[in-house]
Amino acid sequence: MTTPAISVKGLIKRFGEAEVLHGIDLDIPQGQVTCLIGPSGSGKSTLLRCMAFLEEATDGLIFINGEPLGFAPGPQGKPVRLPAARIRAVRSQIGMVFQQFNLWPHMTALGNVSEALKTVHGVRKNEAEERAMIQLKKVGLAERAGHYPSQLSGGQQQRVAIARALALEPKIMLFDEPTSSLDPELTGEVLNVMRSLAADGMTMVVVSHEIGFAAAVCQQIAFLDHGKLLMTGTPQQIFGKPRHPRLDQFLDTYLDRGAAMLV
Amino acid sequence: MNFDTNLIVSIMPELARAFGVTLLTWGVGVIGAAILGFLVAVGRRYGSAWLGYPLWLCVEVIRGTPFLIQLFLLYYGGPFVGLSLEPIPAGLLGLTVYGAAYFSEIFRAGFEAVPPGHVEAAECVGLNRRQIVRRILIPEMTMLVLPASVNMAIILLKETAVLSIITVPELTLVISAIGSQQYAFVESLFLLALFYWGLVELSGRLGRYMEARLSKYRFATA
Repeated sequence: MTTPAISVKGLIKRFGEAEVLHGIDLDIPQGQVTCLIGPSGSGKSTLLRCMAFLEEATDGLIFINGEPLGFAPGPQGKPVRLPAARIRAVRSQIGMVFQQFNLWPHMTALGNVSEALKTVHGVRKNEAEERAMIQLKKVGLAERAGHYPSQLSGGQQQRVAIARALALEPKIMLFDEPTSSLDPELTGEVLNVMRSLAADGMTMVVVSHEIGFAAAVCQQIAFLDHGKLLMTGTPQQIFGKPRHPRLDQFLDTYLDRGAAMLV
Repeated sequence: MNFDTNLIVSIMPELARAFGVTLLTWGVGVIGAAILGFLVAVGRRYGSAWLGYPLWLCVEVIRGTPFLIQLFLLYYGGPFVGLSLEPIPAGLLGLTVYGAAYFSEIFRAGFEAVPPGHVEAAECVGLNRRQIVRRILIPEMTMLVLPASVNMAIILLKETAVLSIITVPELTLVISAIGSQQYAFVESLFLLALFYWGLVELSGRLGRYMEARLSKYRFATA
């Protein structure tokens, strides 16, 4: 068996008194798309942010391609924090896409995508911009390279944000509700980019409310509720009958919304 | 009494010098205050509590007392603690410190207004803390604080008039002296108001021009 792209072991996350993740164990297989679904407050975004080391786990460990992220197993079983340079090195295998896009407003699309190549990796400006253009072409925005974020639609901004993450050639892409701030039409263009990434064999973890996308594109679905992983499996296993009662209840809200659109 | 235009022409050279002093104290004061204010804001944001608390106290005291009194204390009280300054250096120091307290608050708010997600995005692509401050926080903050900074610069311009009380030979001192020598208060004060208003109008326009230039960098919405 190959090493999982991401391996989450016994992950506990507390914010002050409140425990939002109660010991999560989850493997993300190489080259597959995993969707994290669940109601608001179930902890799915927190879990994803822990995988990007944007949140530090209270306890438990995360391995990226077998290497510990942030904390390594310590002598008494207590995780020990790794040095910052080591954390950056492991983290560089991960690309992150946010709900709010988080493009830097003072840089053009091209500037956003080439920034880390120039500043972090010391790539010369010309070469960095050439490499950035390749990524912008991939998301279909080569002709918008000179535009600032304020001059782009939400869908275009999110595609630039995807290109920005891809420019560093990550092995894994994480998506935190990438289409939740977009209207249905713009959602489609972002999902298309994600589909073609998946088709290229990119390992992806997606937190999404797009149940249709989850069913169609993901090989693995993980259903979270109240900080616990209730079930993982293929879309057939998760959505097929018989269903977990909590999942049934969760999916009902989607049916309601779908029905509302027909009225 | 009639409005005497000949008088205005005859005092022009003197006025030009005074105008120069006003411009100098204003320009140096604003730049010094902005730089010092930026350092204070960075110190309070990234420094330890040992640095942060005294800085906070200084800012609070300076913002909580009238500039006139600060200037009196600096110029007339300074010699008692071994700080004897000529009027212009004293005025520059006073204006810089006074302005810095306000600028530091403007910059502090500016840092806080940069969305945390923009910093997270930078962390995710591997920028270290120094690179994030230099490449992301400072440019974004600069856009956010521009209107408040122009406003502060205008306030400081008008505060240069207060420097007359410690005998800095700037516009207000010179023009009111001429006014009392010649018994021409209306002409002199009219001229004085015109000078300040013209400068304020000019800097306001410059500020709006810069804002327009920077508008394409404004925060994007979905």
